[in-house]
Amino acid sequence: MIRRAGRALVLLAVLAGALNADEIPPGERLSGYDMMGAEAQAMQRDDFANPAMLAVKEGEALWHAVPGEGRPSCAGCHGDAAASMKGVAARYPARDVPSGRLFDLPGRIQACQNGRQGIAPQPRESTGLLALEAYLALQSRGMPLASPRARGLDDAVQRGEGLYRQRFGQLDLSCAQCHSQNWGRSLAGTRIPQAHPTGYPLFRMEWQAVGSLQRRFRNCMTGIRAEPFPPGAPEWIDLEIYLKERAAGMRVDAPAVRP
Amino acid sequence: MLAALFLGGVGPAAAQPAMPVPEASPLAAARPPDPENGRRIVVDRRRGLCLLCHSGPFPEVRFQGDLAPSLAGAGSRWTPAQLRARLIDSRQFNGETIMPPYFRAEGQIRVGRAFSGRSILTAEEIEDVTAFLATLRD
Ligand code: HEC
Ligand code: HEC
Repeated sequence: MIRRAGRALVLLAVLAGALNADEIPPGERLSGYDMMGAEAQAMQRDDFANPAMLAVKEGEALWHAVPGEGRPSCAGCHGDAAASMKGVAARYPARDVPSGRLFDLPGRIQACQNGRQGIAPQPRESTGLLALEAYLALQSRGMPLASPRARGLDDAVQRGEGLYRQRFGQLDLSCAQCHSQNWGRSLAGTRIPQAHPTGYPLFRMEWQAVGSLQRRFRNCMTGIRAEPFPPGAPEWIDLEIYLKERAAGMRVDAPAVRP
Repeated sequence: MLAALFLGGVGPAAAQPAMPVPEASPLAAARPPDPENGRRIVVDRRRGLCLLCHSGPFPEVRFQGDLAPSLAGAGSRWTPAQLRARLIDSRQFNGETIMPPYFRAEGQIRVGRAFSGRSILTAEEIEDVTAFLATLRD
């Protein structure tokens, strides 16, 4: 009986292995930073040249800003971000215990704005929310991304992988076909990265702005002529969780720079 | 393993379709094919998108892709019927292909609003591109 179950497990493992023949072995993972040109790398390494550091400064100011009479600033509840927010960005998205909902970092910030500060949450992609995200991400710089699976998010990892492998859009392509099976190749002159989300939010020269991971997802979806999910949709969060599982152990280098 | 996945099926022998490809076009194009228009479609990033993935004898196009075999000599390796069939839907030859189905208007998931219910190219455009590819001989 036990032997048979064991054999079934081995068979399952073999099948799973066969299904994911395109998984990138840990030793061969490259971040977007590793794959970009020396000039963009230098810009990311130098905090005085990295335009995303302006967002960090703005985020720091917002962290301390009192939103109104008798309402706490972020610092009012959390104190010094360098201590209280260290490692937070490296382990998000996370499950909110009371509600059971999955929150990505911007979603968590919005929930605090709404529930704790009693103000209207800043919309996704607004400069204010991106600034707070960038400020928090900086507090995890250099830390390894935590494994969502190890924190009990298997269900989300599985849903996210399903989305990652699903062909979408008029061009009928999946994320995996580009980022797992053709990374390093040239899509009309652009090198396809492995899609490890180590550096978000980040400054992208093409955007001439700081943008979120979901903005990047949306760009890839519209590139294959697919209808993107709405901002903050659970599908985006599942995708982020899967990408973070794939990138677990890689170091946070936010806020990054991309061409 | 990966190389096999991507290189397999590229050579004429391996890519010979299992099912016979009809010589006569199954498409009802409203006008005769125009190979020059076919070339314009192939080099246009918003219409054919071909050079996102392929390269070929198009000196004016600065950035070409390397995700797919060069289009140079495609007309020597394949008959017009085979070229047309690949454009219509490459999935009939390789279920895992990354080449988009150019004449399929349904079956894709979450197609963007601006594109829904339409194929990437029209019947006329498929015939134009087929006629152009047939001129690419080595
Ligand atoms: C047709 C190819 C293609 C498909 C399909 C595709 N992407 Fe991308 N993706 C790219 C390219 C090319 C870039 C790099 C863009 C640049 O640097 O200009 C990129 C960038 C990214 C990045 C940023 C990596 C970094 O280091 O900043 C992420 C994350 C990403 N894609 C996720 C996804 C997800 C999730 C999907 C599916 C919903 C997807 N992509 C589908 C081609 C693709
Ligand atoms: C997203 C990638 C992609 C795009 C866009 C694309 N192709 Fe392809 N194409 C491929 C791949 C990969 C192959 C190799 C066979 C396979 O995997 O199906 C291929 C094979 C071919 C072949 C057979 C080549 C040979 O010599 O074996 C022809 C001809 C061809 N494509 C023409 C076109 C044309 C014309 C267009 C645009 C109208 C186009 N392709 C757009 C990826 C693409």
